[in-house]
Amino acid sequence: MAAERTERLMNLVICLLHTRSYITAERLRETIPGYAEAPSDEAFKRMFERDKEDLRDLGIPLETGSLSHFDDEPGYRIPRNDYALPSITLEPDEAAALVLAARMWSSAALGASATRALRKLEAAGVEISRLPDGLQPRVGAGGTGLPIVAEAAREGRRLRFDYRGASDAAPATRHVEPWGVVWWHGRWYLVGHDLDREAPRVFRLSRVMGDPKAEGKAGAVTVPEGVDLRALVVASDPPTTDAMARVKVRHNRAIGLRRQTVDVSDDGGGWDVVTVPCPDPHRLAEQVLGYGADAVILSPAEARDAIVQRLHALTGAHQ
Amino acid sequence: MSGATDHLPRLLALVPWLLAHPGTEVSDVAREFGITEAQVRADVNLLWMCGLPGYGPGDLIDVTWHGDRVTLSNAETIERPLRLTSDEALAMITALRALSGVPGIVSTEAIDRALAKLEAAAGTAGVADRVVAAPESGTDVEIVTTASNALARGRRLHLRYWVPARDEATERDVDPLRLFTSDGSAYLKGYCHASEDLRTFKLSRVLSAEILDVAVAAPDEARRRAFDADLFTPAADDRLVTFSLDPAARWVSDYYPCETVQERGDGGLIVQMRSHDDDWVRWLALGLAGVAVLTEPLDLAAEVRHVAACALAAYQN
Repeated sequence: MAAERTERLMNLVICLLHTRSYITAERLRETIPGYAEAPSDEAFKRMFERDKEDLRDLGIPLETGSLSHFDDEPGYRIPRNDYALPSITLEPDEAAALVLAARMWSSAALGASATRALRKLEAAGVEISRLPDGLQPRVGAGGTGLPIVAEAAREGRRLRFDYRGASDAAPATRHVEPWGVVWWHGRWYLVGHDLDREAPRVFRLSRVMGDPKAEGKAGAVTVPEGVDLRALVVASDPPTTDAMARVKVRHNRAIGLRRQTVDVSDDGGGWDVVTVPCPDPHRLAEQVLGYGADAVILSPAEARDAIVQRLHALTGAHQ
Repeated sequence: MSGATDHLPRLLALVPWLLAHPGTEVSDVAREFGITEAQVRADVNLLWMCGLPGYGPGDLIDVTWHGDRVTLSNAETIERPLRLTSDEALAMITALRALSGVPGIVSTEAIDRALAKLEAAAGTAGVADRVVAAPESGTDVEIVTTASNALARGRRLHLRYWVPARDEATERDVDPLRLFTSDGSAYLKGYCHASEDLRTFKLSRVLSAEILDVAVAAPDEARRRAFDADLFTPAADDRLVTFSLDPAARWVSDYYPCETVQERGDGGLIVQMRSHDDDWVRWLALGLAGVAVLTEPLDLAAEVRHVAACALAAYQN
């Protein structure tokens, strides 16, 4: 059944692409082999309506028009120029980028879409270069919401979704005017105006529960002039300051910390004192915790207090 | 969606592709389209029934087989591919943006040029403006470029590599086999001549990398295994470790593969994971001090508390 239907749709597409003038439904019924099976006018009408809908869903530009001024029976055709992907010429490095991008998806649905796109581009004249098999950058979808969210951002439509933030005990429904989508640290983030909080907010797509819904009219969302999507996402993480920290570390230890140093001095007794940028005292405490007894925070006091409190929490646990 | 709406786009893409690649082996077609050889044959048999009204010998699509090689002709009406659907354009554009998030594999400038041409051809102006990537701050572009060049040219690499869990800088020669990303970070998987086994290196922890004038010579068995699995592949005999996570440490369950994840009831989680590396477990437990507790195994938990007590002593002097 499915194969017969595909065959009928293929013949319909070929016929409508081939014709210069509009063809009526009745003429198509006589012409396309599959329609002869329709037992009644009513059955044919249903079949044909569904076929038209499927072609339009697939992005095939089905055009309706009248055969002549004297005839109000609608006719159909597919204009070739609107149907076909324009030919495209890419430099080798551009083609390499496309080939790599097409095989990046670890999501089956997006991966299949990207593969289909690449095959079409190839048929439209793109020279596909062979890349080493071992070159495998990956991108995850982070749930099912990405296509919906990206499309809503492009169309300027509002979004509604259930969201559970990292430290939220329970999910809550959020209403957001999407400004854009940002890929950062291997995750997708939605940036937009949160209508409930009345402020810009950043949402991690993997924390959206279920599918987001686009609501309202296209063009309803205005992205503020000059908004920097990347900066908003990065700023949702650590604030950047010029603050510095001083940490006492054993010789040849705390390599991670030493990679960030702006200054090192020997403190005697097998210890150095390193100076490192400290945008966030709590992050520094977390990092230095991993070095155990090989590193001691000297300043700032906030980082020192944080690490002491956390070490207390750990040694005091289970007592 | 019905079966036909999945199937029709494939056929409409298959025809122009086959016209552009006459005499292609069925197995190659199957690989390129991500379908089985039986599906390719079924598709081609269906195409053979399609054509222009009249549907006589001169109207139908011609299919010629030479053994397993297939050639199409008489399909000029659908010789051009259908323009990209919004799903297809979106899948490509978002992946290209993600690719630019790991600078060094392909130049950002080439990605931008490809995006502009793709958007012009797809007629989807506006998507690429709304989807962007923020490059990883910890990634050294030169290291990524060096690693991908070594991989492409099949050359051995000399690496100085930092192992954070042991707080050590190591030197080793590595035959690069796979360069991949996970959670946005770039990794190199290769045959390490120091440990005589496969190793995975996080490129942000590579202190320096140099391409050697030596061709890669990894054992075949290691080459095969390099493509088996991704980052952390816990083995069944690895130690099972249990963390009790406060709400502030819930991210751990996103970040590391967990065997079991249980709600604690207060917004926190109890997670179990497998690890063969006690250094790593100790390091993670110390870093999570105050927001998570390592509860099993008991000996490691006791060691972590001991190290924490020593560290605390330094602040009390």
